[in-house]
Amino acid sequence: MFEIFGIPSQALFGQLLIGLINGSFYALLSLGLAVIFGMLNIINFAHGAQYMLAAFAAYILLTTLDIGYWPALIIAPLIVGAFGMVLERTMLQWLYKLDHLYGLLLTFGLALIIEGTARNFYGSAGLPYRVPDSLQGGQNLGFMFLPNYRAWVIVASMIVCFGTWFMIERTRLGAYLRAATENPTLVRAFGINVPRMITLTYGFGVALAALAGVMAAPIYNVSPQMGSELIIVVFAVVVIGGMGSILGAIITGFGLGVIEGLTKVFFPEASSTVIFVIMAIVLLVRPSGLFGRRI
Amino acid sequence: MLDRTDPLLAIRDLQAWYGESHILHGVTFDVREGEVVTLLGRNGAGKTTTLKSVMGIVGQRKGSVKFEGKELVGLASDKIARAGIAFCPEERGIFASLDVRENLMLPPEIRPGGLSLDRIFELFPNLKERLGSSQGTKLSGGEQQMLAIGRILRTGARLLLLDEPTEGLAPVIIQQIGRTIRSLKQQGFTILLVEQNFRFASTVADRYYVMEHGRIIDQFSNSELEANVDKLHDYLGV
Repeated sequence: MFEIFGIPSQALFGQLLIGLINGSFYALLSLGLAVIFGMLNIINFAHGAQYMLAAFAAYILLTTLDIGYWPALIIAPLIVGAFGMVLERTMLQWLYKLDHLYGLLLTFGLALIIEGTARNFYGSAGLPYRVPDSLQGGQNLGFMFLPNYRAWVIVASMIVCFGTWFMIERTRLGAYLRAATENPTLVRAFGINVPRMITLTYGFGVALAALAGVMAAPIYNVSPQMGSELIIVVFAVVVIGGMGSILGAIITGFGLGVIEGLTKVFFPEASSTVIFVIMAIVLLVRPSGLFGRRI
Repeated sequence: MLDRTDPLLAIRDLQAWYGESHILHGVTFDVREGEVVTLLGRNGAGKTTTLKSVMGIVGQRKGSVKFEGKELVGLASDKIARAGIAFCPEERGIFASLDVRENLMLPPEIRPGGLSLDRIFELFPNLKERLGSSQGTKLSGGEQQMLAIGRILRTGARLLLLDEPTEGLAPVIIQQIGRTIRSLKQQGFTILLVEQNFRFASTVADRYYVMEHGRIIDQFSNSELEANVDKLHDYLGV
């Protein structure tokens, strides 16, 4: 056992790990929000509820159909993403030309309905979801103990985030998305079905939240309020990173998770407010966010 | 099969609105295959709106726009593009978040038979040099115009709608665009051009339609241009 700045290494690296885990979820969720905002101009307040919905989908798949974690990791995002696309077609598509406030109010209302429905059926107490057998146990790294499941969450989240960034910034499909964000009318006049692309983009952003929800189930338990607890922090992350910036959402997500973890070690009293303090400073100094394009 | 005597684009009593404002009041004209046809007229006469109405990107349309005999009024603009029409807007529409190559490759191929990149670079050698540029909007105005025309040549569309391609450009660039349009005509493209500059138009066009207040008020061929110059000065207020 050794010490860094008078802090035992176990405690320091333990909090760093928790920071990275939280950061993984911040990054996945703020990435989905950034993708949705960029394309739809909608601040998706239902994001946390959709994350929670996927955790419940995984729980229900396991308890009623005996479908385990790995299939759920694919099935739950597909179900919740499809549900998102239905919302987009039936409700959100009418709001694109209106002020952001309308989209925010509608998705906030949807979030309350989804969360209330879940509470009605499952109560407020968290339901346990077992870590899959293949990821039980952990590695002793000498300076700390690393549970396998947590290592998996960090790695998987980084891969998904980088893959999404690559798809949007480096592929032809991504070029369509970026172009349609700038000038949807012209992109459509080139022969691209922009409304369908918007629907699929919303579905994809929601599916990212859903993927995070399934990955979160074994760590945080499954409860109706798991989304609303997280989403407030995620919105602070989005404000800090800058609305609509893909890379900004990813870097800020991981970075703030780590900062929050370190604060827990060095000044625990501030750990739950540090992100909001940073948000206030960023809003004062750079209102469009660290990575945001000036609007 | 299209009868060779039928026009490629037949517009009949086309009306268009932006919100409450009625812009086109019954536009009727034809473009035949292989022609370069120019719409002339003052600002606000409805020239750009006519192109946008063909493309399906105005608020509301009435009347008939037939391309290869197929009715386009009522179709969404992506379906109209897929019918074989490509549009180069007045503001050029170069995307800031795409680099030059991505801008060039953006419009999907809708039919076989589009120009290859090599052919496009023969027409616009400057584009090839700027291909590595990071941002499409960092190009000069002339290069942006070449990029905006170049990218729709790839798609295989046989009818090109060009909205004021010479606006705000230096004379030497205007000449290059003129050479390009003549070369495209030789290669069998059909072009509907909107121009304020009828001196430029006279170097490329086969026929002219003059618009005023959302209607076609006159038409003549290129050989009749000299005889009509005075009248045209009147129409255009130059």
